[in-house]
Amino acid sequence: MSLLQVDDLTVHFRIRRGLGKKSIDTVHAVDDVSFAITEGETLALVGESGCGKSTAARAVLQLVKPTAGTIRFLGTDLTDLSSRQRRKVMRDAQVVFQDPYSSLNPRMTVHDLVAEPLRAQAHMSGRELEARVLSMLEMVGLGTQHLWRRSHEFSGGQCQRIAIARALALDPRLVVLDEPTSALDVSVQARILVLLDDLQRRLGLTYLFIAHDLAVVESMAHSLAVMYLGRIVEQGPAREIFGAPRHPYTVALLRSSPSPDPEERGTMKVLEGDVPSAVKPPEGCRFNPRCPFRMDVCTTECPQPHAVGGHLVSCHLPDDFDTRATGSVVLV
Amino acid sequence: MDELLRVRGLKLQFRSMRGVVKALDGVDICVHDREILGLVGESGCGKTITGLAILGLLQKPQAEITGGEISYRGQDLLAKSDREMQDLRGREISMVFQDPLASLNPVFQVGHQIEDVVRIHKGVSRRESRETARRAFAEVGLPATDEMLKRYPHQFSGGMRQRVCMAMALACGSPLLIADEPTTALDVTIQAQILNLLLRLREELGVAQVIITHNVGVAAQTCDRIAVMYAGSVVEEGPVVEVLSRPRHPYTIALYECLPHGHTASELKTIPGTVPDLITPPTGCRFHPRCKHVLEVCPTAKPQPVQVGDRHWVSCFWATGQTDGADSEAAS
Amino acid sequence: MQSAQTIRLADWRVRHQSTFDEARYNVRVFFKDKLAVLGLAIIIFTMVVAVIGPWIAPYPEQGRGESNLTERLQAPSAKHLMGTDNYGRDVLSRVIYGARIPLVISFVVTFAIVIIGVPIGGIAGYFGGKFDEVVMRICDVFLAFPSLILAIVFVAFLGPSLRNAMIAIILSWWPWYTRLVRGMAVSLRERPYVEAAKTMGVGDFTIIARHILPNSLGPVIVQMTLDIGTVILAAAGLSFIGLGAQPPVAEWGLMISEGRDYILDQWWIGAFAGLAIFILVLAFNLVGDGLRDVLDPRSKR
Repeated sequence: MSLLQVDDLTVHFRIRRGLGKKSIDTVHAVDDVSFAITEGETLALVGESGCGKSTAARAVLQLVKPTAGTIRFLGTDLTDLSSRQRRKVMRDAQVVFQDPYSSLNPRMTVHDLVAEPLRAQAHMSGRELEARVLSMLEMVGLGTQHLWRRSHEFSGGQCQRIAIARALALDPRLVVLDEPTSALDVSVQARILVLLDDLQRRLGLTYLFIAHDLAVVESMAHSLAVMYLGRIVEQGPAREIFGAPRHPYTVALLRSSPSPDPEERGTMKVLEGDVPSAVKPPEGCRFNPRCPFRMDVCTTECPQPHAVGGHLVSCHLPDDFDTRATGSVVLV
Repeated sequence: MDELLRVRGLKLQFRSMRGVVKALDGVDICVHDREILGLVGESGCGKTITGLAILGLLQKPQAEITGGEISYRGQDLLAKSDREMQDLRGREISMVFQDPLASLNPVFQVGHQIEDVVRIHKGVSRRESRETARRAFAEVGLPATDEMLKRYPHQFSGGMRQRVCMAMALACGSPLLIADEPTTALDVTIQAQILNLLLRLREELGVAQVIITHNVGVAAQTCDRIAVMYAGSVVEEGPVVEVLSRPRHPYTIALYECLPHGHTASELKTIPGTVPDLITPPTGCRFHPRCKHVLEVCPTAKPQPVQVGDRHWVSCFWATGQTDGADSEAAS
Repeated sequence: MQSAQTIRLADWRVRHQSTFDEARYNVRVFFKDKLAVLGLAIIIFTMVVAVIGPWIAPYPEQGRGESNLTERLQAPSAKHLMGTDNYGRDVLSRVIYGARIPLVISFVVTFAIVIIGVPIGGIAGYFGGKFDEVVMRICDVFLAFPSLILAIVFVAFLGPSLRNAMIAIILSWWPWYTRLVRGMAVSLRERPYVEAAKTMGVGDFTIIARHILPNSLGPVIVQMTLDIGTVILAAAGLSFIGLGAQPPVAEWGLMISEGRDYILDQWWIGAFAGLAIFILVLAFNLVGDGLRDVLDPRSKR
């Protein structure tokens, strides 16, 4: 059974435009998103800004109320629980955010930061509390000397470790990682990724990994869901998708990512057009305005996910169509 | 190919609250006509400061250039007055920054902002400057219509705003463009568009560029040459394919091995230690405390650039076999 | 790894090392501003005078209000350094005795305002919704009036006395802080560390107390430093128009009022009290400037 099962998740926001209550627009942040994560594995939600990956993650964490759909965590449907019951269940899901500094209260010491979940949910105090805090810090490579300092005295990488230690304090089963290394330098990122991988093996953690950097995703994820403008366009085992991407957007995303490998020089491809607004998403397949293989049906009907090879694709193109001809080649 | 820009042995320091930061400790870079140089490094290495120093954009009393030279087309830029530098900026060397929203004045139409730049440098009539603005827009791939020129910065998306900044930078036809993290704030597919644009600008307009970035992939795909910086100096400089496939400096080697591209998380190598504090930097070679190949001579003297290939220089005692620290023939 | 038994609870000093370091640094920054230090010195001096007043005032009974009609309206001299007023009371003694009131008022009133206004603002900003709307509208009503006028209205209801003047000022001033903190709370509730706290299951009021309010303190402290001086002026102003301290209490505003009729020939009756108010309020403002430099890192260039 999956640790986390999300079905037809939809999150819409109403925003008021202009003065008065006249015009209310709906932001279609997430639409009919379904995915599942097996315990001990990492599922990556990938996409560019506005694709809804962060919103979907927030919905899983119950920070945002879903407009429709179900979220089953550890077998329990989160949507029809009371807030107290939900708090109890959600003890097993924690989060690490992107910006290491703003995810830690600058006025709190490292000890208090890591102790906060323990005080709130495990009702620990005194020696027991301090011992547990210390063991969490040691797990992420920090020590007693860091216990009483504040976040502004640390580097980005160290702050992220503190955030990870805090997330693990309650022994969660699921950790949601929202772009945990995007704000870090390359060498620091490597350390954090190695740490996360190590912790996953040792503690049997399950990760929901939000990212826009495909190289990072490639190194961490077992399975992957590519999102565009609120919908999942392709999902499946990471190796499959990286090896044989089918959806034109997935191909474009992979090809747009500049590879540091000098042998792959000149392989970058460009996808034209801008990301349209989530307030009035295009009719039919939301990717159709930018899709180089757009057909008539794409502008009217939204494609449903169907299995191709080992993964699910939401596209009207026939299964044998070679989408790798996407985009123009970059000059060298 | 003529030499357009040469920076030799640039040393710079600035006063901060906690002391004097020796930000640059001998930077050597060289850009030829129609060439694209990537200035690559992690945060704090001094790449942005180098770019600002070239254009004379550093705050005078706090920032002080303590040595070295910067010459453009043979002219010594450090000897120029403020007035002469002002004249040079935009006309000969222009710059685009990371955050396009911060670079554009929100209360003026973009067309006006470009026209202002043109009129200051070329002193032409309003009609001619409008024509120039239109042409600049076309060159960067924006619709060259009056309607577009009349828009305000917030009415553009991130990628288009960056194009506007580039139009503004190139409106006076400067042969050299310095781009400081031009795509860091942009989505992957938009980043590919902008990188493609930079390459086209070189092909079609012959604009030489210095692209400052922390993303090795960006450098690998768009630059002809790459200069890797660490803690205030260039540790390795050379043709990009050569440097990335056969890196010589231990930092370049280690940096490349940190990249997640094509590796699983458990395969990632990390660099021990942390980036040094530039108020009390390590003696001799600033990388020596973290270097796998550190020799006895490394803490005692700063390695000078030694030529190890065609236009390929490395500043490292170990890499150039100078175990006794004998004075090498400095690169011409 | 140490077991729970062998770990001693960290020494109190170690736990707060970070706070001490920060405090030491802030004090250093504060002392760089010479004027702020001067202001602080004046305030401390005034406090000392207020405390030991009865012992250093040359004519303590006159300071308390006893008249001495034989020595009315005397100009400053060796016997009466600041002259005497229309009741023959030594002005210097009365100025000394009057020092207590602005000090007590400024701190008591300002703290009361903060204790009332800040939590309401924090709760309103954090939860939003109906409560927020109601609180904001109430604040709007209060803030529509010049605060002194509002204070006068309140005193008129309550009856003129120093205590009622204090209550009136508190009632007319708290909305400023509520609105200030509410604005901060609205932006802080979106911060990742607040979201993280929610995910950890921390209760809403704990979040407000531990995350929202402490991080809103900056602007609150700045506002307080600006307000303390104004509160002193407000209280003196109310006394001046007869709605605050009542005679024969030695209160500076009241003394100015009493000196009003004699201002042309016996200027010393009101002038020294006025000077005292001026110096004290100026001192608070200077200290406020110094504190702002400490709190606002951007001004530390």
